[in-house]
Amino acid sequence: MPESATAQSSTPAAARCAGLTKSFGKVTAVNGLDLEVRLGECFGLLGPNGAGKTTTIEILEGLTAPTGGSVEVLGRRWGAGHDRELRQRIAVQLQETQLAEKLTVLETVQLFRSFYQHGRSADEVIRLVQLEEKLSARVGKLSGGQKQRLAVACALVSDPELLFLDEPTTGLDPQARLQLWEVIEQFRKGGGTILLTTHYMEEAARLCDRVAIMDHGKMIALGTPAELIAALGADQIVEFRVAGSLAAQGLSQLPGVRRVITRDGTYALTVTEIGEALPALLSELARQEATLVTLTTHQATLEDVFVSLTGRMLRDA
Amino acid sequence: MPDHETKALPNDGATSSGGKQQNRSSSRQLSSHPLVQLTITRLREFTREPEAMFWVFIFPVLLACALGIAFRNTGPEKIRVGIEDDGRNRSAVAAVAASLGRSADLTPVVLDPVAAARALRTGNVALIVRQAGNEAADPKGPESGNQSQASSTDPQHVYRFDPTRPESRLARLAVDDAFRRAQGHTDEVKARDETVTEPGARYIDFLIPGLMGLNLMGSGMWGIGFGIVSARGRKLLKRFAATPMRRSHYLLAFMLSRLVFLALEVAALVGFARLAFGVVVHGSHVHLAVCALAGALSFSGLGLLVASRTRTIEGVSGLMNFVLLPMWLLSGTFFSAARFPAVLQPFIKALPLTALNDSFRAVINEGLSVSTQWPQILILLLWGLISFLIALKIFRWQ
Repeated sequence: MPESATAQSSTPAAARCAGLTKSFGKVTAVNGLDLEVRLGECFGLLGPNGAGKTTTIEILEGLTAPTGGSVEVLGRRWGAGHDRELRQRIAVQLQETQLAEKLTVLETVQLFRSFYQHGRSADEVIRLVQLEEKLSARVGKLSGGQKQRLAVACALVSDPELLFLDEPTTGLDPQARLQLWEVIEQFRKGGGTILLTTHYMEEAARLCDRVAIMDHGKMIALGTPAELIAALGADQIVEFRVAGSLAAQGLSQLPGVRRVITRDGTYALTVTEIGEALPALLSELARQEATLVTLTTHQATLEDVFVSLTGRMLRDA
Repeated sequence: MPDHETKALPNDGATSSGGKQQNRSSSRQLSSHPLVQLTITRLREFTREPEAMFWVFIFPVLLACALGIAFRNTGPEKIRVGIEDDGRNRSAVAAVAASLGRSADLTPVVLDPVAAARALRTGNVALIVRQAGNEAADPKGPESGNQSQASSTDPQHVYRFDPTRPESRLARLAVDDAFRRAQGHTDEVKARDETVTEPGARYIDFLIPGLMGLNLMGSGMWGIGFGIVSARGRKLLKRFAATPMRRSHYLLAFMLSRLVFLALEVAALVGFARLAFGVVVHGSHVHLAVCALAGALSFSGLGLLVASRTRTIEGVSGLMNFVLLPMWLLSGTFFSAARFPAVLQPFIKALPLTALNDSFRAVINEGLSVSTQWPQILILLLWGLISFLIALKIFRWQ
């Protein structure tokens, strides 16, 4: 944990938890998690399905009681008599909420607006999420991306200090995802704090100032996306498949290769100097008389960070 | 529905949140009060669901219509009586048919033994008259049924009937009377009939208040139960729980929206019964409204309680039927609850539907003031209040 709670503990945190655990029967969903979300940042919880992201965010939202550990949101604890005041200042978007299909977009946002003492007008947030053309359309008639933007509008209508987003773009097409990212970035520019969960590395890389990578209820890495990628000690990933077998030991000895991961017949090399490593790889393959089937190279991403930490891919872990 | 939400009052005063004080729109007008918004939401959701509208407004009227026609007063109802004809004594059968046909209370039908037995079993006839000495023709043998003899010494006829059916006992008396008149007997006791057929004392007059009660119970409990359980299933309750919305507001909105529909439901049935069957509200309409209000509060409270923890529509349906069934059976909607055993009466009286039906009948049929019905109103309000408080306590938001 390079910089989580060390020097920053004196500044007020938007959300903080320490030693957080949550068990459902015999299953431990969250296992001793320490986390601090700073005011004004966009903090991402990145991890595969079942890593404990949703449980963690719902505990921070005050919807689920933790089994152990401490939680603090905007300097308050849940269940200490300030819950309604706290709920005035935060806003959430849940993963599986289906808003009432018979209401229109405007009616839905107005309903949520009525719960808050302060906030923006319904029209304003609808414009913000670019649904003004759908103002009087029934929720049931919206596309998946529009529904998701409406869910975010219902959260933004309170003009919250802290916004929780649980997998906001899961299941959306690339364009819908891009539109939602712009909404989130705009909120962030306006001084808002965001805690979001995602299993899309590109989402975390684009939106988040800092990312915590979670797996099996634990945090396995924390830092800015650039730091996490830099910690791989590599800037390129070379992935290839061959027909027939290959002695993998030889690969890690090649110049410029930091690490070799084998998964389902695909070899992934973490590489510092692609110009040195690639010719060396090709001649090694020729020496072993292996026939290359596919070969791709890409800049190292958070996905590669996860793979190097767990040996598994984010999406199918 | 355009709203006036955005007309912000710029200085709303006390803003206690410790964060950003943008205070763009602090309007606390009535239309943006959460309770008003939640109630309007309920009304919108309901009125945009055509099926729900049908079951709440159209179905009860259709039911009243069907029952009203089935039990309409078309002069005194004649009792159908079967005359068994085994083909051996045609003239005797014809004589019996002629004697019974002269009675104002009977409709005789001549049937072969098998058809007669079936007609009695299915309630198509109330009683069967058989020539004495025809026992061999009885398809089930002489031991199988209740047999009464017209004369203890020398039976001419056998009456075959089920004595637990009031109509059959009535038929027996009428048949007996018809035979004695055919033999020249007259009334031993002179009496004059005075028939009662004016509106207010007919079966439909008894039925309509019961149907109103039944409808208030059904629409209240199902309307609320399904609304809440489906919102829970769609995680909408969890989303609301994440807002500062007062939980009591959410539940109260269900009760308030019920009250709006209540007026329409009651008016639909009262108006229809008046037009179609001439059923008159003898008491005050205001008093009727008070009873209806107490009933609606009672059943919406119960509906909230039934829906307070269930996650699935299947689950809430079962629970709902469990709660409704005793009241369907016992609360005197289709026949008087006074016919149940005395030991059950305190329990039956404590049921909210009984209280509602009784108070409706007191106001509609008897023209009594609602103040005479305070025990019933109290029962209704207690059911509603206690259910609401328990529901609020045990309500599952996720």
